[in-house]
Amino acid sequence: MATQHSRSAARLMMAPAVVLLLGWMLVPLTMTLYFSFKKYLPLRGGDLGWVGFENYTRFVTSSAFWPSVQATLVIVGGVLAITVVFGVLLAMLLDQPMWGQGIVRILVIAPFFVMPTVSALVWKNMFMDPVNGLFAHLWQAFGLTPVEWLSQASLGSIIMIVSWQWLPFATLILLTAIQSLDSEQLEAAEMDGAPPLARFGFIILPHLSRAITVVVLIQTIFLLSIFAEIFVTTQGSFGTRTLTYLIFQRVLESQNVGLGSAGGIYAVILANIVALFLMRIVGKNLDA
Amino acid sequence: MARAVSQQRKIINTVLAWAVGLLIFFPILWTILTSFKTEATAIADPPVFLFFDWTLENYTVVQERSDYMRFLWNSVIIAGGSTLLGIVIAVPAAWSMAFVPSKRTKDILLWMLSTKMLPAVGVLYPIYLIFIQMGLLDTRIGLTVVLMLINLPIIVWMLYTYFKEIPGEILEAARMDGAGLREEILYVLTPMAIPGIASTVLLNIILAWNEAFWTLNLTAAKAAPLTAFIASYSSPEGLFYAKLSAASTMAIAPILILGWFSQKQLVRGLTFGAVK
Repeated sequence: MATQHSRSAARLMMAPAVVLLLGWMLVPLTMTLYFSFKKYLPLRGGDLGWVGFENYTRFVTSSAFWPSVQATLVIVGGVLAITVVFGVLLAMLLDQPMWGQGIVRILVIAPFFVMPTVSALVWKNMFMDPVNGLFAHLWQAFGLTPVEWLSQASLGSIIMIVSWQWLPFATLILLTAIQSLDSEQLEAAEMDGAPPLARFGFIILPHLSRAITVVVLIQTIFLLSIFAEIFVTTQGSFGTRTLTYLIFQRVLESQNVGLGSAGGIYAVILANIVALFLMRIVGKNLDA
Repeated sequence: MARAVSQQRKIINTVLAWAVGLLIFFPILWTILTSFKTEATAIADPPVFLFFDWTLENYTVVQERSDYMRFLWNSVIIAGGSTLLGIVIAVPAAWSMAFVPSKRTKDILLWMLSTKMLPAVGVLYPIYLIFIQMGLLDTRIGLTVVLMLINLPIIVWMLYTYFKEIPGEILEAARMDGAGLREEILYVLTPMAIPGIASTVLLNIILAWNEAFWTLNLTAAKAAPLTAFIASYSSPEGLFYAKLSAASTMAIAPILILGWFSQKQLVRGLTFGAVK
Protein backbone atom coordinates (compact mmCIF):
# COMPACT_ATOMS: atom_id res chain seq x y z
CA MET A 1 0.00 0.00 0.00
CA ALA A 2 2.68 2.50 1.02
CA THR A 3 4.48 3.93 -1.96
CA GLN A 4 8.21 4.04 -2.45
CA HIS A 5 8.01 7.77 -1.89
CA SER A 6 6.29 7.53 1.49
CA ARG A 7 8.69 4.79 2.54
CA SER A 8 11.76 6.89 2.06
CA ALA A 9 9.99 9.82 3.71
CA ALA A 10 9.22 7.56 6.65
CA ARG A 11 12.83 6.52 6.93
CA LEU A 12 13.90 10.13 6.92
CA MET A 13 11.44 10.97 9.68
CA MET A 14 12.70 8.16 11.84
CA ALA A 15 16.35 9.10 11.32
CA PRO A 16 16.82 11.80 13.99
CA ALA A 17 15.43 9.65 16.80
CA VAL A 18 17.35 6.56 15.69
CA VAL A 19 20.64 8.40 15.17
CA LEU A 20 20.41 10.22 18.51
CA LEU A 21 19.62 7.08 20.48
CA LEU A 22 22.28 5.11 18.66
CA GLY A 23 24.83 7.79 19.53
CA TRP A 24 23.60 8.01 23.11
CA MET A 25 24.00 4.28 23.46
CA LEU A 26 27.19 3.61 21.51
CA VAL A 27 29.47 6.57 22.22
CA PRO A 28 29.49 6.50 26.04
CA LEU A 29 29.32 2.73 26.17
CA THR A 30 32.33 2.41 23.88
CA MET A 31 34.18 4.90 26.06
CA THR A 32 33.31 2.95 29.22
CA LEU A 33 34.50 -0.23 27.55
CA TYR A 34 37.73 1.53 26.50
CA PHE A 35 38.42 2.90 29.98
CA SER A 36 37.65 -0.46 31.57
CA PHE A 37 40.79 -1.93 29.99
CA LYS A 38 43.01 0.94 31.13
CA LYS A 39 44.61 2.07 34.32
CA TYR A 40 43.11 5.51 34.28
CA LEU A 41 43.39 7.87 37.26
CA PRO A 42 42.52 11.45 36.15
CA LEU A 43 43.86 13.03 39.34
CA ARG A 44 46.90 10.81 39.83
CA GLY A 45 48.74 10.58 36.53
CA GLY A 46 45.88 10.19 34.06
CA ASP A 47 46.14 7.43 31.47
CA LEU A 48 48.66 4.86 32.71
CA GLY A 49 48.28 2.39 29.87
CA TRP A 50 46.46 -0.83 29.04
CA VAL A 51 45.96 -3.41 31.73
CA GLY A 52 43.84 -6.05 30.02
CA PHE A 53 41.20 -7.56 32.27
CA GLU A 54 42.88 -6.46 35.48
CA ASN A 55 40.14 -3.95 36.33
CA TYR A 56 37.48 -6.63 35.88
CA THR A 57 39.20 -9.05 38.22
CA ARG A 58 40.11 -6.31 40.71
CA PHE A 59 36.54 -5.06 40.81
CA VAL A 60 35.11 -8.46 41.74
CA THR A 61 37.91 -9.37 44.13
CA SER A 62 37.85 -6.08 46.06
CA SER A 63 36.50 -6.39 49.58
CA ALA A 64 33.67 -3.99 48.75
CA PHE A 65 32.26 -6.04 45.88
CA TRP A 66 30.38 -8.90 47.51
CA PRO A 67 28.84 -6.74 50.25
CA SER A 68 27.62 -4.40 47.51
CA VAL A 69 26.07 -7.28 45.57
CA GLN A 70 24.42 -8.44 48.77
CA ALA A 71 23.10 -4.95 49.58
CA THR A 72 21.76 -4.62 46.04
CA LEU A 73 19.99 -7.98 46.20
CA VAL A 74 18.52 -7.31 49.64
CA ILE A 75 17.20 -3.90 48.62
CA VAL A 76 15.81 -5.01 45.25
CA GLY A 77 14.36 -8.22 46.70
CA GLY A 78 12.91 -6.49 49.76
CA VAL A 79 11.27 -3.72 47.78
CA LEU A 80 9.90 -6.17 45.20
CA ALA A 81 8.41 -8.41 47.89
CA ILE A 82 6.77 -5.51 49.73
CA THR A 83 5.45 -3.69 46.67
CA VAL A 84 4.09 -6.81 44.96
CA VAL A 85 2.39 -8.30 48.03
CA PHE A 86 0.91 -5.04 49.26
CA GLY A 87 0.29 -3.93 45.69
CA VAL A 88 -1.93 -6.96 45.03
CA LEU A 89 -3.81 -6.50 48.32
CA LEU A 90 -4.24 -2.77 47.76
CA ALA A 91 -5.33 -3.22 44.16
CA MET A 92 -7.98 -5.72 45.24
CA LEU A 93 -9.18 -3.37 47.95
CA LEU A 94 -9.36 -0.41 45.58
CA ASP A 95 -11.30 -2.51 43.09
CA GLN A 96 -14.16 -3.00 45.60
CA PRO A 97 -17.15 -0.68 45.62
CA MET A 98 -16.72 2.16 48.13
CA TRP A 99 -17.32 5.82 48.70
CA GLY A 100 -14.68 8.25 47.55
CA GLN A 101 -12.79 5.73 45.43
CA GLY A 102 -11.26 8.42 43.24
CA ILE A 103 -9.87 10.33 46.20
CA VAL A 104 -8.44 7.21 47.84
CA ARG A 105 -6.73 6.31 44.59
CA ILE A 106 -5.17 9.76 44.43
CA LEU A 107 -3.91 9.43 48.01
CA VAL A 108 -2.36 6.05 47.24
CA ILE A 109 -0.67 7.14 44.01
CA ALA A 110 0.74 10.42 45.35
CA PRO A 111 4.13 9.13 46.61
CA PHE A 112 5.13 8.19 43.08
CA PHE A 113 5.16 11.84 42.09
CA VAL A 114 7.42 12.96 44.93
CA MET A 115 10.98 13.50 43.72
CA PRO A 116 13.43 10.95 45.20
CA THR A 117 15.53 13.54 47.02
CA VAL A 118 12.46 14.93 48.78
CA SER A 119 11.10 11.57 49.89
CA ALA A 120 14.51 10.40 51.08
CA LEU A 121 15.13 13.58 53.08
CA VAL A 122 11.64 13.76 54.55
CA TRP A 123 11.86 10.14 55.72
CA LYS A 124 15.40 10.56 56.97
CA ASN A 125 14.76 13.68 59.02
CA MET A 126 11.12 13.92 59.91
CA PHE A 127 10.41 10.24 60.48
CA MET A 128 13.65 8.35 61.09
CA ASP A 129 15.68 10.91 63.02
CA PRO A 130 16.52 9.30 66.38
CA VAL A 131 15.90 12.55 68.32
CA ASN A 132 13.27 14.60 66.55
CA GLY A 133 11.71 12.12 64.15
CA LEU A 134 8.09 11.04 64.45
CA PHE A 135 9.12 7.42 64.97
CA ALA A 136 11.32 8.48 67.89
CA HIS A 137 8.36 10.31 69.47
CA LEU A 138 6.17 7.27 68.88
CA TRP A 139 8.71 4.88 70.38
CA GLN A 140 9.13 7.13 73.42
CA ALA A 141 5.38 7.33 73.88
CA PHE A 142 5.46 3.57 74.39
CA GLY A 143 8.46 3.84 76.69
CA LEU A 144 10.87 2.35 74.17
CA THR A 145 14.33 3.56 73.22
CA PRO A 146 14.25 5.31 69.84
CA VAL A 147 15.98 3.42 67.05
CA GLU A 148 18.74 5.00 65.00
CA TRP A 149 17.06 3.82 61.85
CA LEU A 150 19.59 4.72 59.19
CA SER A 151 22.57 3.27 61.05
CA GLN A 152 21.10 0.41 63.09
CA ALA A 153 18.56 -0.78 60.54
CA SER A 154 20.04 0.89 57.48
CA LEU A 155 19.00 -1.60 54.81
CA GLY A 156 15.50 -1.94 56.23
CA SER A 157 15.13 1.84 56.30
CA ILE A 158 16.20 2.22 52.68
CA ILE A 159 13.82 -0.60 51.69
CA MET A 160 11.05 1.20 53.58
CA ILE A 161 11.69 4.52 51.79
CA VAL A 162 11.99 3.00 48.33
CA SER A 163 8.95 0.75 48.85
CA TRP A 164 6.90 3.80 49.76
CA GLN A 165 7.93 5.37 46.46
CA TRP A 166 7.21 2.29 44.34
CA LEU A 167 4.10 0.84 45.99
CA PRO A 168 1.89 3.28 44.02
CA PHE A 169 3.39 2.10 40.73
CA ALA A 170 2.76 -1.57 41.52
CA THR A 171 -0.73 -0.84 42.84
CA LEU A 172 -1.73 1.21 39.82
CA ILE A 173 -0.60 -1.40 37.30
CA LEU A 174 -2.11 -4.30 39.24
CA LEU A 175 -5.35 -2.34 39.62
CA THR A 176 -5.47 -1.81 35.86
CA ALA A 177 -4.99 -5.54 35.39
CA ILE A 178 -7.65 -6.47 37.97
CA GLN A 179 -10.16 -4.18 36.35
CA SER A 180 -9.81 -6.10 33.10
CA LEU A 181 -10.83 -9.30 34.87
CA ASP A 182 -14.17 -10.66 33.75
CA SER A 183 -16.39 -10.23 36.80
CA GLU A 184 -18.82 -12.89 35.58
CA GLN A 185 -16.12 -15.48 36.01
CA LEU A 186 -15.74 -14.49 39.65
CA GLU A 187 -19.49 -14.47 40.21
CA ALA A 188 -19.83 -17.90 38.65
CA ALA A 189 -17.11 -19.24 40.93
CA GLU A 190 -18.82 -17.65 43.92
CA MET A 191 -22.12 -19.28 42.98
CA ASP A 192 -20.41 -22.63 42.62
CA GLY A 193 -19.38 -22.21 46.24
CA ALA A 194 -15.68 -21.45 45.75
CA PRO A 195 -14.39 -19.89 48.99
CA PRO A 196 -12.66 -16.47 48.76
CA LEU A 197 -9.18 -17.94 49.08
CA ALA A 198 -9.82 -20.37 46.23
CA ARG A 199 -11.23 -17.57 44.07
CA PHE A 200 -8.08 -15.57 44.77
CA GLY A 201 -5.73 -18.47 44.11
CA PHE A 202 -7.39 -19.92 41.01
CA ILE A 203 -8.85 -16.89 39.26
CA ILE A 204 -7.40 -13.58 40.42
CA LEU A 205 -3.76 -14.57 40.85
CA PRO A 206 -3.42 -16.38 37.49
CA HIS A 207 -5.07 -13.41 35.81
CA LEU A 208 -2.56 -11.09 37.48
CA SER A 209 0.49 -13.20 36.78
CA ARG A 210 1.53 -11.28 33.68
CA ALA A 211 1.02 -7.89 35.30
CA ILE A 212 3.05 -9.06 38.29
CA THR A 213 5.84 -10.20 35.99
CA VAL A 214 5.86 -6.81 34.28
CA VAL A 215 5.89 -4.98 37.63
CA VAL A 216 8.78 -7.14 38.83
CA LEU A 217 10.85 -6.66 35.69
CA ILE A 218 10.32 -2.91 35.32
CA GLN A 219 10.89 -2.25 38.99
CA THR A 220 14.02 -4.42 38.97
CA ILE A 221 15.52 -2.30 36.22
CA PHE A 222 14.79 0.93 38.08
CA LEU A 223 15.70 -0.46 41.51
CA LEU A 224 19.06 -1.76 40.36
CA SER A 225 20.04 1.84 39.72
CA ILE A 226 18.52 3.69 42.68
CA PHE A 227 20.89 6.43 43.63
CA ALA A 228 19.40 9.56 45.18
CA GLU A 229 17.82 7.66 48.08
CA ILE A 230 21.24 6.45 49.19
CA PHE A 231 23.10 9.62 48.22
CA VAL A 232 21.08 11.82 50.59
CA THR A 233 20.60 9.35 53.45
CA THR A 234 23.59 7.12 54.24
CA GLN A 235 26.00 7.92 51.40
CA GLY A 236 26.65 4.23 51.13
CA SER A 237 27.73 3.70 54.75
CA PHE A 238 26.24 1.17 57.21
CA GLY A 239 26.10 -1.55 54.59
CA THR A 240 23.95 0.33 52.10
CA ARG A 241 26.57 0.58 49.38
CA THR A 242 24.84 -0.96 46.37
CA LEU A 243 26.56 -1.91 43.15
CA THR A 244 25.42 1.35 41.56
CA TYR A 245 26.70 3.38 44.48
CA LEU A 246 30.01 1.51 44.56
CA ILE A 247 30.59 2.30 40.87
CA PHE A 248 29.65 5.93 41.46
CA GLN A 249 32.19 6.15 44.28
CA ARG A 250 34.94 4.51 42.23
CA VAL A 251 34.35 6.80 39.27
CA LEU A 252 33.61 10.20 40.77
CA GLU A 253 34.75 10.09 44.39
CA SER A 254 38.03 8.16 44.19
CA GLN A 255 38.43 8.96 40.48
CA ASN A 256 39.57 5.46 39.62
CA VAL A 257 37.93 5.50 36.23
CA GLY A 258 39.32 2.22 34.90
CA LEU A 259 38.08 0.24 37.88
CA GLY A 260 34.73 2.02 37.93
CA SER A 261 34.24 1.46 34.22
CA ALA A 262 34.77 -2.27 34.63
CA GLY A 263 32.09 -2.14 37.33
CA GLY A 264 29.90 -0.18 34.95
CA ILE A 265 30.18 -2.89 32.33
CA TYR A 266 29.10 -5.46 34.93
CA ALA A 267 26.08 -3.28 35.73
CA VAL A 268 25.19 -3.00 32.04
CA ILE A 269 25.36 -6.78 31.61
CA LEU A 270 23.22 -7.32 34.71
CA ALA A 271 20.57 -4.84 33.53
CA ASN A 272 20.55 -6.42 30.08
CA ILE A 273 19.74 -9.84 31.48
CA VAL A 274 16.64 -8.39 33.16
CA ALA A 275 15.79 -6.29 30.12
CA LEU A 276 15.89 -9.34 27.86
CA PHE A 277 12.99 -10.94 29.73
CA LEU A 278 11.02 -7.70 29.76
CA MET A 279 11.55 -7.14 26.04
CA ARG A 280 10.26 -10.61 25.28
CA ILE A 281 6.96 -9.84 27.02
CA VAL A 282 6.67 -6.40 25.44
CA GLY A 283 7.48 -7.84 22.03
CA LYS A 284 4.83 -10.54 22.34
CA ASN A 285 2.27 -7.90 23.18
CA LEU A 286 3.27 -5.88 20.15
CA ASP A 287 2.27 -8.74 17.87
CA ALA A 288 -1.13 -9.20 19.47
CA MET B 1 -30.82 -9.31 52.59
CA ALA B 2 -28.08 -9.52 49.98
CA ARG B 3 -28.37 -5.81 49.62
CA ALA B 4 -27.81 -5.21 53.32
CA VAL B 5 -24.73 -7.41 53.22
CA SER B 6 -23.25 -5.56 50.25
CA GLN B 7 -24.00 -2.23 51.93
CA GLN B 8 -22.18 -3.42 55.00
CA ARG B 9 -19.26 -4.58 52.90
CA LYS B 10 -19.16 -1.24 51.19
CA ILE B 11 -18.83 0.52 54.54
CA ILE B 12 -16.02 -1.78 55.61
CA ASN B 13 -14.26 -1.32 52.26
CA THR B 14 -14.58 2.43 52.52
CA VAL B 15 -13.20 2.65 56.05
CA LEU B 16 -10.35 0.26 55.28
CA ALA B 17 -9.39 1.91 52.00
CA TRP B 18 -9.46 5.42 53.47
CA ALA B 19 -7.34 4.30 56.41
CA VAL B 20 -4.73 2.76 54.11
CA GLY B 21 -4.87 5.71 51.71
CA LEU B 22 -4.33 8.25 54.47
CA LEU B 23 -1.50 6.18 55.93
CA ILE B 24 0.30 6.10 52.58
CA PHE B 25 -0.34 9.80 52.02
CA PHE B 26 0.65 10.76 55.55
CA PRO B 27 4.35 11.60 54.91
CA ILE B 28 3.28 14.10 52.26
CA LEU B 29 0.54 15.54 54.47
CA TRP B 30 2.97 15.81 57.38
CA THR B 31 5.49 17.63 55.17
CA ILE B 32 2.85 20.12 54.04
CA LEU B 33 1.66 20.71 57.63
CA THR B 34 5.20 21.11 58.94
CA SER B 35 5.96 23.72 56.31
CA PHE B 36 3.47 26.02 58.06
CA LYS B 37 4.99 25.59 61.53
CA THR B 38 7.78 27.46 63.27
CA GLU B 39 11.01 25.49 63.64
CA ALA B 40 10.32 25.04 67.36
CA THR B 41 6.82 23.67 66.74
CA ALA B 42 8.14 21.41 63.99
CA ILE B 43 10.13 19.33 66.48
CA ALA B 44 7.70 19.66 69.42
CA ASP B 45 7.26 16.55 71.56
CA PRO B 46 4.50 15.39 71.48
CA PRO B 47 4.09 16.42 67.83
CA VAL B 48 1.33 18.90 67.08
CA PHE B 49 -0.95 18.02 64.23
CA LEU B 50 -3.33 20.84 63.34
CA PHE B 51 -3.56 23.21 66.28
CA PHE B 52 -0.56 25.47 66.01
CA ASP B 53 0.01 29.04 64.86
CA TRP B 54 0.14 28.71 61.09
CA THR B 55 2.89 30.77 59.51
CA LEU B 56 4.13 31.44 56.00
CA GLU B 57 7.51 32.52 57.31
CA ASN B 58 9.36 29.41 56.07
CA TYR B 59 8.38 30.03 52.50
CA THR B 60 9.77 33.55 52.51
CA VAL B 61 12.91 32.47 54.37
CA VAL B 62 13.62 29.66 51.89
CA GLN B 63 13.29 32.07 48.99
CA GLU B 64 15.44 34.79 50.59
CA ARG B 65 18.26 32.55 51.80
CA SER B 66 18.62 30.23 48.87
CA ASP B 67 17.11 32.06 45.94
CA TYR B 68 14.62 29.24 45.56
CA MET B 69 13.06 30.71 42.42
CA ARG B 70 16.29 30.16 40.49
CA PHE B 71 16.21 26.41 41.16
CA LEU B 72 12.53 26.28 40.35
CA TRP B 73 13.21 28.07 37.08
CA ASN B 74 16.01 25.61 36.27
CA SER B 75 13.60 22.72 36.87
CA VAL B 76 10.97 24.31 34.65
CA ILE B 77 13.45 24.94 31.82
CA ILE B 78 15.08 21.52 32.01
CA ALA B 79 11.89 19.46 32.39
CA GLY B 80 9.91 21.55 29.90
CA GLY B 81 12.76 21.92 27.42
CA SER B 82 13.71 18.26 27.36
CA THR B 83 10.08 17.26 26.87
CA LEU B 84 9.48 19.71 24.02
CA LEU B 85 12.72 18.74 22.31
CA GLY B 86 11.82 15.07 22.72
CA ILE B 87 8.36 15.58 21.24
CA VAL B 88 9.75 17.40 18.21
CA ILE B 89 12.12 14.51 17.51
CA ALA B 90 9.71 11.72 18.44
CA VAL B 91 6.54 12.78 16.59
CA PRO B 92 7.93 12.15 13.07
CA ALA B 93 9.53 8.88 14.18
CA ALA B 94 6.38 7.58 15.86
CA TRP B 95 4.28 8.75 12.93
CA SER B 96 6.32 6.83 10.40
CA MET B 97 6.40 3.70 12.57
CA ALA B 98 2.64 3.77 13.08
CA PHE B 99 1.56 4.57 9.51
CA VAL B 100 4.33 3.27 7.27
CA PRO B 101 5.38 0.18 9.20
CA SER B 102 8.06 -2.02 7.75
CA LYS B 103 9.35 -5.41 8.76
CA ARG B 104 11.88 -3.80 11.03
CA THR B 105 9.53 -1.42 12.85
CA LYS B 106 9.02 -3.77 15.76
CA ASP B 107 12.73 -4.38 16.17
CA ILE B 108 13.48 -0.67 16.09
CA LEU B 109 10.83 0.02 18.73
CA LEU B 110 12.14 -2.71 21.00
CA TRP B 111 15.71 -1.57 20.49
CA MET B 112 14.72 1.99 21.42
CA LEU B 113 13.10 0.75 24.60
CA SER B 114 16.18 -1.30 25.43
CA THR B 115 18.32 1.88 25.44
CA LYS B 116 16.11 3.02 28.32
CA MET B 117 17.33 0.03 30.31
CA LEU B 118 20.97 1.10 30.11
CA PRO B 119 22.07 1.77 33.71
CA ALA B 120 23.10 5.40 33.98
CA VAL B 121 26.03 4.64 36.24
CA GLY B 122 27.59 2.54 33.48
CA VAL B 123 28.07 5.62 31.32
CA LEU B 124 28.56 8.18 34.09
CA TYR B 125 32.22 8.91 33.46
CA PRO B 126 32.05 9.19 29.65
CA ILE B 127 29.13 11.62 29.90
CA TYR B 128 30.94 13.52 32.62
CA LEU B 129 34.06 13.71 30.44
CA ILE B 130 32.13 14.78 27.34
CA PHE B 131 30.40 17.44 29.42
CA ILE B 132 33.71 18.82 30.67
CA GLN B 133 35.25 18.79 27.19
CA MET B 134 32.28 20.60 25.67
CA GLY B 135 31.83 23.00 28.56
CA LEU B 136 28.40 21.57 29.30
CA LEU B 137 28.93 20.74 32.97
CA ASP B 138 26.48 22.65 35.16
CA THR B 139 24.60 24.11 32.20
CA ARG B 140 20.88 23.88 31.59
CA ILE B 141 21.34 23.04 27.93
CA GLY B 142 23.52 20.02 28.72
CA LEU B 143 21.07 18.63 31.23
CA THR B 144 18.13 19.30 28.92
CA VAL B 145 19.74 17.23 26.18
CA VAL B 146 20.61 14.34 28.52
CA LEU B 147 17.10 14.19 30.01
CA MET B 148 15.63 14.37 26.51
CA LEU B 149 17.76 11.38 25.48
CA ILE B 150 16.89 9.23 28.48
CA ASN B 151 13.17 9.87 28.01
CA LEU B 152 13.09 9.75 24.21
CA PRO B 153 12.34 6.00 24.09
CA ILE B 154 9.29 6.48 26.32
CA ILE B 155 8.10 9.45 24.28
CA VAL B 156 8.43 7.56 20.98
CA TRP B 157 6.76 4.52 22.49
CA MET B 158 3.78 6.39 23.94
CA LEU B 159 3.21 8.41 20.79
CA TYR B 160 3.42 5.23 18.74
CA THR B 161 0.68 3.56 20.79
CA TYR B 162 -1.54 6.65 20.49
CA PHE B 163 -0.95 7.04 16.73
CA LYS B 164 -1.69 3.35 16.27
CA GLU B 165 -5.22 3.98 17.52
CA ILE B 166 -5.94 6.45 14.72
CA PRO B 167 -7.78 4.49 12.00
CA GLY B 168 -5.87 4.25 8.73
CA GLU B 169 -9.07 4.72 6.66
CA ILE B 170 -9.13 8.39 7.61
CA LEU B 171 -5.71 8.83 6.07
CA GLU B 172 -6.75 7.04 2.92
CA ALA B 173 -9.79 9.26 2.61
CA ALA B 174 -7.59 12.34 3.00
CA ARG B 175 -5.22 11.03 0.33
CA MET B 176 -8.12 10.41 -2.03
CA ASP B 177 -9.12 14.02 -1.57
CA GLY B 178 -5.67 14.99 -2.71
CA ALA B 179 -3.94 15.72 0.59
CA GLY B 180 -0.17 15.49 0.44
CA LEU B 181 2.06 14.23 3.21
CA ARG B 182 2.31 17.66 4.78
CA GLU B 183 -1.43 18.35 4.74
CA GLU B 184 -2.10 14.86 5.99
CA ILE B 185 0.06 15.44 9.05
CA LEU B 186 -0.97 19.03 9.70
CA TYR B 187 -4.73 18.88 9.16
CA VAL B 188 -5.73 15.27 9.66
CA LEU B 189 -3.35 13.61 12.07
CA THR B 190 -2.35 16.42 14.37
CA PRO B 191 -5.87 17.29 15.57
CA MET B 192 -6.57 13.62 16.25
CA ALA B 193 -3.24 13.09 17.94
CA ILE B 194 -3.35 16.07 20.28
CA PRO B 195 -4.82 14.23 23.30
CA GLY B 196 -2.15 11.55 22.98
CA ILE B 197 0.62 14.11 22.59
CA ALA B 198 -0.70 16.04 25.60
CA SER B 199 -0.61 12.94 27.83
CA THR B 200 2.87 12.10 26.62
CA VAL B 201 4.04 15.62 27.43
CA LEU B 202 2.50 15.38 30.88
CA LEU B 203 4.13 12.10 31.82
CA ASN B 204 7.51 13.20 30.53
CA ILE B 205 7.49 16.46 32.41
CA ILE B 206 6.90 14.42 35.56
CA LEU B 207 9.72 12.01 34.79
CA ALA B 208 12.15 14.79 33.91
CA TRP B 209 11.17 16.91 36.92
CA ASN B 210 11.92 14.07 39.32
CA GLU B 211 15.04 12.69 37.61
CA ALA B 212 17.70 12.43 40.30
CA PHE B 213 20.82 10.81 38.90
CA TRP B 214 22.02 13.09 36.13
CA THR B 215 20.65 16.21 37.79
CA LEU B 216 22.71 15.43 40.90
CA ASN B 217 25.88 14.44 39.08
CA LEU B 218 26.06 16.96 36.26
CA THR B 219 25.13 20.18 38.04
CA ALA B 220 26.66 22.33 40.75
CA ALA B 221 25.42 25.81 41.58
CA LYS B 222 24.32 27.38 38.33
CA ALA B 223 22.06 24.89 36.59
CA ALA B 224 20.92 22.85 39.59
CA PRO B 225 17.21 22.04 39.48
CA LEU B 226 15.03 21.37 42.53
CA THR B 227 16.18 17.76 42.96
CA ALA B 228 19.73 18.98 43.57
CA PHE B 229 18.59 21.95 45.65
CA ILE B 230 16.66 19.69 48.03
CA ALA B 231 19.64 17.32 48.25
CA SER B 232 21.68 20.23 49.65
CA TYR B 233 19.49 19.97 52.77
CA SER B 234 21.07 16.62 53.63
CA SER B 235 23.81 18.27 55.72
CA PRO B 236 22.11 21.30 57.23
CA GLU B 237 22.94 23.45 60.21
CA GLY B 238 20.59 24.13 63.12
CA LEU B 239 16.85 23.69 63.05
CA PHE B 240 15.59 23.15 59.55
CA TYR B 241 12.56 20.82 59.48
CA ALA B 242 10.06 23.58 58.72
CA LYS B 243 12.24 25.06 56.02
CA LEU B 244 12.97 21.65 54.51
CA SER B 245 9.22 21.07 54.46
CA ALA B 246 8.49 24.39 52.81
CA ALA B 247 11.12 23.79 50.13
CA SER B 248 9.86 20.23 49.61
CA THR B 249 6.23 21.28 49.41
CA MET B 250 7.02 23.83 46.74
CA ALA B 251 9.12 21.29 44.83
CA ILE B 252 6.48 18.56 44.73
CA ALA B 253 3.24 20.56 44.54
CA PRO B 254 3.26 21.28 40.78
CA ILE B 255 4.05 17.65 39.93
CA LEU B 256 1.49 16.23 42.36
CA ILE B 257 -1.15 18.24 40.57
CA LEU B 258 0.06 17.22 37.09
CA GLY B 259 0.42 13.65 38.28
CA TRP B 260 -3.18 13.37 39.34
CA PHE B 261 -4.21 14.18 35.81
CA SER B 262 -1.97 11.55 34.30
CA GLN B 263 -2.75 8.36 36.24
CA LYS B 264 -3.92 6.47 33.18
CA GLN B 265 -0.98 7.56 31.05
CA LEU B 266 1.35 6.40 33.78
CA VAL B 267 0.36 2.79 33.22
CA ARG B 268 0.58 3.09 29.46
CA GLY B 269 3.88 4.97 29.48
CA LEU B 270 5.74 2.97 32.07
CA THR B 271 4.74 -0.56 31.16
CA PHE B 272 5.38 -0.04 27.44
CA GLY B 273 1.93 -1.37 26.65
CA ALA B 274 2.55 -4.70 28.35
CA VAL B 275 -0.39 -4.11 30.70
CA LYS B 276 -3.64 -2.75 29.39
